[in-house]
Amino acid sequence: MADIVLDKVSKKFPDGTVAVAEVDLEIADGEFVILVGPSGCGKSTTLNMIAGLEDISSGELRIAGEKVNDKAPRERDIAMVFQSYALYPNMTVRENMAFPLRLAKLDKETINQKVDEAAKVLELTALLDRKPANLSGGQRQRVAMGRAIVRQPKAFLMDEPLSNLDAKLRVQMRTVVSRLQKQLGTTTVYVTHDQTEAMTLGDRVVIMRGGAIQQVGPPQELYDHPRNLFVAGFIGSPSMNFLHAAVEDGKLKTALGDVPIGERVRRELEGADAPRELILGIRPEHFEDAELIDDETRRRGMEFDAPVEIVESMGSDKYVYFTVEGERASAAELEELAADAGADFSGGGSNLVTRLSAESPVAEGQNRRVWFNLEKIHLFDPTNGRNLTLHEGRAAGALGD
Amino acid sequence: MSVNATPAGADVAADETATGTAGRHAAVPAQRSGRAPKTPLSENKRAERKLGWLLCAPAALVMLLVTAYPILYSIWLSLQRFDLRFPAEREFIGLENYVTVLTNEFWWTAFGVTMLITVVTVAVELVLGMGLALIMHRTLVGRGIVRTAALIPYGIVTVVAAFSWRYAWTPGTGYLANVFGEGAPLTERASSLAIVMLAEIWKTTPFMALLLMAGLALVPEDLLKAASTDGATAWQRFTKVMLPVMKPAILVALLFRTLDAFRVFDNIYVLTAGANETSSVSMIAYNNLIRGLNLGIGSTMSVLIFLTVAIIAFVFVKLFGTAAPGSDDGERR
Repeated sequence: MADIVLDKVSKKFPDGTVAVAEVDLEIADGEFVILVGPSGCGKSTTLNMIAGLEDISSGELRIAGEKVNDKAPRERDIAMVFQSYALYPNMTVRENMAFPLRLAKLDKETINQKVDEAAKVLELTALLDRKPANLSGGQRQRVAMGRAIVRQPKAFLMDEPLSNLDAKLRVQMRTVVSRLQKQLGTTTVYVTHDQTEAMTLGDRVVIMRGGAIQQVGPPQELYDHPRNLFVAGFIGSPSMNFLHAAVEDGKLKTALGDVPIGERVRRELEGADAPRELILGIRPEHFEDAELIDDETRRRGMEFDAPVEIVESMGSDKYVYFTVEGERASAAELEELAADAGADFSGGGSNLVTRLSAESPVAEGQNRRVWFNLEKIHLFDPTNGRNLTLHEGRAAGALGD
Repeated sequence: MSVNATPAGADVAADETATGTAGRHAAVPAQRSGRAPKTPLSENKRAERKLGWLLCAPAALVMLLVTAYPILYSIWLSLQRFDLRFPAEREFIGLENYVTVLTNEFWWTAFGVTMLITVVTVAVELVLGMGLALIMHRTLVGRGIVRTAALIPYGIVTVVAAFSWRYAWTPGTGYLANVFGEGAPLTERASSLAIVMLAEIWKTTPFMALLLMAGLALVPEDLLKAASTDGATAWQRFTKVMLPVMKPAILVALLFRTLDAFRVFDNIYVLTAGANETSSVSMIAYNNLIRGLNLGIGSTMSVLIFLTVAIIAFVFVKLFGTAAPGSDDGERR
């Protein structure tokens, strides 16, 4: 077990593209860290550099305090799990799991004992004599995990290990991975493009974009206090609503009505170079059917009327899509997020996703009065994506003083 | 807002890949059960099978005409005393020709020479070809040029290449003749055979490399990465991961080359013409059949060569489990 430190680590390919730019990251001993981001953000390259499968162009990588930049993967004492599982097709499950131990020249008895132990943990005992070709996807995934855990390495590196599983199995394996990591207490770096995995698995999440770290923190902190537009849009499902907001007379003109702003944000906006146009962000769960809230809550927010487009009943709550008039919010980050999701960003007006109580009698086609929480609003500078409502790392909402 | 499609879209994509793999797994047992008990064919299946036969028919017919007929005719000739110089003595004599050939020391000398050439050249070609394949596979700069350059020997007509080797070793004018001291290397048995083998290896190593390179492409990059994080050195990655995974390709390459090498002819014909007991079986079959006009004995030798080649192929396919090229039997891997 060991800590992993990335000190201004960069990766520059021969053709000049910079895949990873000066990444600073300290991963504590036993910590479970997730690298997440859209494809091409440099997360896999970063992982490969930690593994030693990719050279480090500049900067320093330390595992357990020792600089390992120039060490071969096999000298770093790390285990890696691949998206494709990378099981050796010519070996049985037992041989696959024993392979790293055999290379480490352990005696036969110890190898067998360790393999049996790992197989038991992962419920692979019955499959030990099978070849990978005769296993299901979930079983192969477990063998890959087994091969990683048998030799008790300093760290586990996982490159989208669950992405090839079907949705149900993925949820199941998520808890297996989580439990295993807690049991073993081994430092783990886990790469995924799936923000749900990132939110549910890690002690800390590292959000990357274009080779640079956007924000590092525990999942809840990233969710509640996103430092910028990209993080806000990437984390959360359904993701945050973004609306165009114009600053006028100390208020924000938005499609939801005039939103008041607090002292602190006002002061920030008084600067000469402060933006006159902002992006207002609000998560779906911070809306509620206006009929269903008490006066106490009502005072903390604002209400608006809008036509209901679609109602998706999830049982526990309802996702209601509204059409609102007004300009769409636009920023480079939003376009990138949309491109990553494969969605095209065109279409008139703005759509609003809200998550309302299941008791709400809302129906498609009607006009509905909806309340939203002003304390949970985020305001972003469209030019650089910065979250203006953040104060000392906390989001205080638009009204914050 | 379209941003909301982010997680949902990702899920769908992942689901598709998942069902994709599931589909592939499902296909394997289905394939297996297809071989088991015969169920009556549906109308559709029968029509499909008929179309299959019809589409194969032209090729099968051509094969029968150009391959099966000559083979059967040779077998027929090999059972007769048939020397074109004495046509009157033509007579059916059963297996007498086989006894004559198989008790003849010239035949066994030629057989030994052929075996030696086959084993040595194929072994050396395998090692060199693997090295060349690895180089071609790993080259990052000028990949096209490296591959083209490596393939040039294979592109040269064997006879032309053989002549260039002969001139090279000719005393007085050849640039290689005096490399190993004075003398004419092509006039001594050992050096002649060495030169024949050198010419063979020089010419067909690229072919071996090409076949092996196709095998190298079968080894997933992730597997090698996994092996190196598992603690394998470069040599261990090669012997414990790469070789076993590409074993089917290696066996196919070996089979092709062994069959080819056993029929060695052009190089010997040009370099020594079989002098100093350097004839291969193909050479003496040619000498008896075409030069000696002895159709009976020549055909017998041809049939024996055919049988040996068939045995080699059988051994490779049945004993080593070489998958016939083009068969989709992935289970053997």
